[in-house]
Amino acid sequence: MTRDTRLAWINGLMLPLLNVLTAFAAIAIVFVFINVDPIEAAKIVIYGTLGYEEGIGYTLYYATNFVFTGLAVAVAFHAGLFNIGGEGQAYVGGLGVALVVLAFDPSISPWIVIPASIMGSLLFGALWAIVPGYLQAYRGSHIVITTIMFNFIASALMVYMCVHVLREVGQMNPQSKMFPETAWLPFIHDVFAGIGYKIAPSPLNLSIVLALLFSLLVWIFLWHTRWGYAIRATGKNTTAAVYGGIKPKKVIVITMCISGALAGLVAVNELLGYQHRLMLDFQYGYGFGGIAVALMGRNHPAGILVAALLFGILYQGGMELAFELPNVSRHIVVVMQGLVILFCGALEYIYKPWLVRFLAPVEVSE
Amino acid sequence: MDNSHIAIELIDVDKHFGAVHANDKVSLTVKTGTIHGIVGENGAGKSTLMSILYGFYQADSGHIKVFEKDCKFTSSRQSIDAGIGMVHQHFMLVENFTVLENVILGTEGGALISESLEKARKELTRLGVEYGLEVDLDTPVESLSVGILQRVEILKGLYKGAKILILDEPTGVLTPQETDELFRIFTSLKEQGVTIILITHKLREIMSITDQVSVMRDGKMVAHRQTNETSFEELAELMIGRKVLLNIDKSESKSGSPVLKVKNLHVSNEQGIERVKDVSFEVCSGEVLGIAGVTGNGQGTLLKALTGILPLTEGSIEVFGEIITSNNHLGPKILRELGIAHVPEDRQRMGLITEFSASESALLGYHNDKQLNQGLWLKKSLVRDNCESLMSAFDVRPADPKLKSSNFSGGNQQKLIVAREFERNPEVLIIGQPTRGVDIGAIEFIHKRIIAMRDAGKAVVLVSVELEEIMSLSDRIIVMCDGQITGKVDAIDAEERTLGMMMANVLNPSETNQEAQP
Repeated sequence: MTRDTRLAWINGLMLPLLNVLTAFAAIAIVFVFINVDPIEAAKIVIYGTLGYEEGIGYTLYYATNFVFTGLAVAVAFHAGLFNIGGEGQAYVGGLGVALVVLAFDPSISPWIVIPASIMGSLLFGALWAIVPGYLQAYRGSHIVITTIMFNFIASALMVYMCVHVLREVGQMNPQSKMFPETAWLPFIHDVFAGIGYKIAPSPLNLSIVLALLFSLLVWIFLWHTRWGYAIRATGKNTTAAVYGGIKPKKVIVITMCISGALAGLVAVNELLGYQHRLMLDFQYGYGFGGIAVALMGRNHPAGILVAALLFGILYQGGMELAFELPNVSRHIVVVMQGLVILFCGALEYIYKPWLVRFLAPVEVSE
Repeated sequence: MDNSHIAIELIDVDKHFGAVHANDKVSLTVKTGTIHGIVGENGAGKSTLMSILYGFYQADSGHIKVFEKDCKFTSSRQSIDAGIGMVHQHFMLVENFTVLENVILGTEGGALISESLEKARKELTRLGVEYGLEVDLDTPVESLSVGILQRVEILKGLYKGAKILILDEPTGVLTPQETDELFRIFTSLKEQGVTIILITHKLREIMSITDQVSVMRDGKMVAHRQTNETSFEELAELMIGRKVLLNIDKSESKSGSPVLKVKNLHVSNEQGIERVKDVSFEVCSGEVLGIAGVTGNGQGTLLKALTGILPLTEGSIEVFGEIITSNNHLGPKILRELGIAHVPEDRQRMGLITEFSASESALLGYHNDKQLNQGLWLKKSLVRDNCESLMSAFDVRPADPKLKSSNFSGGNQQKLIVAREFERNPEVLIIGQPTRGVDIGAIEFIHKRIIAMRDAGKAVVLVSVELEEIMSLSDRIIVMCDGQITGKVDAIDAEERTLGMMMANVLNPSETNQEAQP
């Protein structure tokens, strides 16, 4: 094995694995401190997320959201952009979904309403990302600052929309009226029932197919099209990209559009798939989780699928813990996620020097 | 101050960077209280040598003595303590700090800096008066001109107790008046017993200000001279030297009509500084036009303008019937489609993407090509075949399209780039430093290909700092200095010495600054 392949193995597989294990160890220590037996907790998490049909359904349902936001972060990252506005883009994507669904008459066929509302989520997510993208490309405002500010703007906008514009008549809750059933994305348990298999009901819906499809599309787009080439060239070496006739400013704006559109798809899973109405904070935490997912998944769709599954497990596992154990609050989800992000994101390379020294030392050459 | 003292003595200093022998048993003696010039072309090893002296790099072998004491520098701090101060080519100043704050940077003292600020203010005022280096200490650095910034750098060195000042290309960014002023400061520093090492490639400065001069070439110290016993001509010859001339069988050129016409071109670089000033030339099909000059005299900017990377500020470029002006900018994509190929000067930063595989780097600039795309898809198999055929045509080794671009040697990277640009059969070739850092075998190969393109009736513009490369490949030669054309000759009439002097622009002294005022 050459040193390069060894380094690739270390970076691609061993580091993420070690980081996750460290995070689990840290979580175990937290459990000891709150008087929870870590072994018992692990059992609950494993059973609760992978042990029975409903649990699996929930795990995959949460994972779907992380796939979308993870892909969003990854695409931007390949152009050298750090899009941390997935949260806001997903949120505004929900507005796109709701406006399209509520604009249609309930009698119109789902074959029209559902694709149109998916387009709505893509479009609104993209619109929310295009402004920071433009400001970065043509005005030099840093994308990290603008996207995070746009998260707050999105939050304010959505509160306004839910309270003043889309609130159901005669209701106190800041949420839209229920979507007509023609706009519901079928649940997976219904799909299985349709072909004769009976599985336990869960929020898992056809969005997961969409997530897999978009993972494939992103992979093809980035590595098998000329536009993907332009994006990656810009991200790796802007000088060379300019030399190659690529216009980095254009690439930045287009990449942010795609990134925002992908984040917008969270709304499809949440609103068309499960909630069936627009409500406040339906996207809560998925946008930021996507950053960790992309980092862990090494910005590759295959890695993102694995990392998203892990985050789905953490999410669902945390819920189960809070449910099963009286002295665990549901905020344990945030603690667990936080520790995973800490060790996989912030402390990503903590083991690297040691691994490199032992497994791929620099070859001494004359 | 006792002038018999030796300020710096380097004995057999040796330094390798990978395969590059940057300093080859370099020895140097600098007397206390003198101004010592070190000249040499870019890449001759001057900067490496000074970085070793300043503790940035450690020499592989050899000895360093400062004021006759053996020294081993592993950091610049130790070097400063030994009394060495360095003024870098690019100033190391904090833009929004005042002069005073910048000077005490690194020597703040305790938790409260007011005390050291007061101390520094007194000391700096004294130094300013003593050496004629007055600067307003409370002005933020960002609002000062480069000439003043340089004074701040010198003050910084002196404040830290430097008895030896190293200045790396100090006049590169200065106007002639600022240069005069700087030289006046040098003289007064020298009178106070400060030793100055001046690194430059401008012979005029060496002749006007230094006491001794040492010449470096190819990592070796080739000569030491008393300035008043040498001449422009001798230094130019020593600096450029005679390397193994690679013989090129080339026939008489059969040049046709002009293809590329450049008229009164002005171009500013990325920082907005005008680097090409009123340049005009024509290139015909079937000829190689060589552009000679010391690096950083506008050739790089000219190349970028010719290939659409930088817009023009004035003048025009006419090619294939298209007229490019400041209002009508054509980008690299359009120019490439029109038939202009570009082998960039900096292959690592511009010519390829080091993290991409060879086949992806072999695609740069041509990723929109219909031959490689099928509908929406950039076909992996076509991309690989493309790379394989380039590799076999130009003998790139290893011939592995999947290998990361950074894992190829410099020569093979360059061959891949040249292959990519030449194999498209362009009409105009813009080539920058085609053989910089490339091994002898690859040099010969690339040279032959350039001549083959010329013989196929292409127009070639060749920029190189290697004079012999220019002389052996070109049919006509123009020389650039400070953004202007300072000489035009036919290759047959060209002599290294005259070209060298055109490069330093010593043939037309009226155009540059006069002797420094004492």
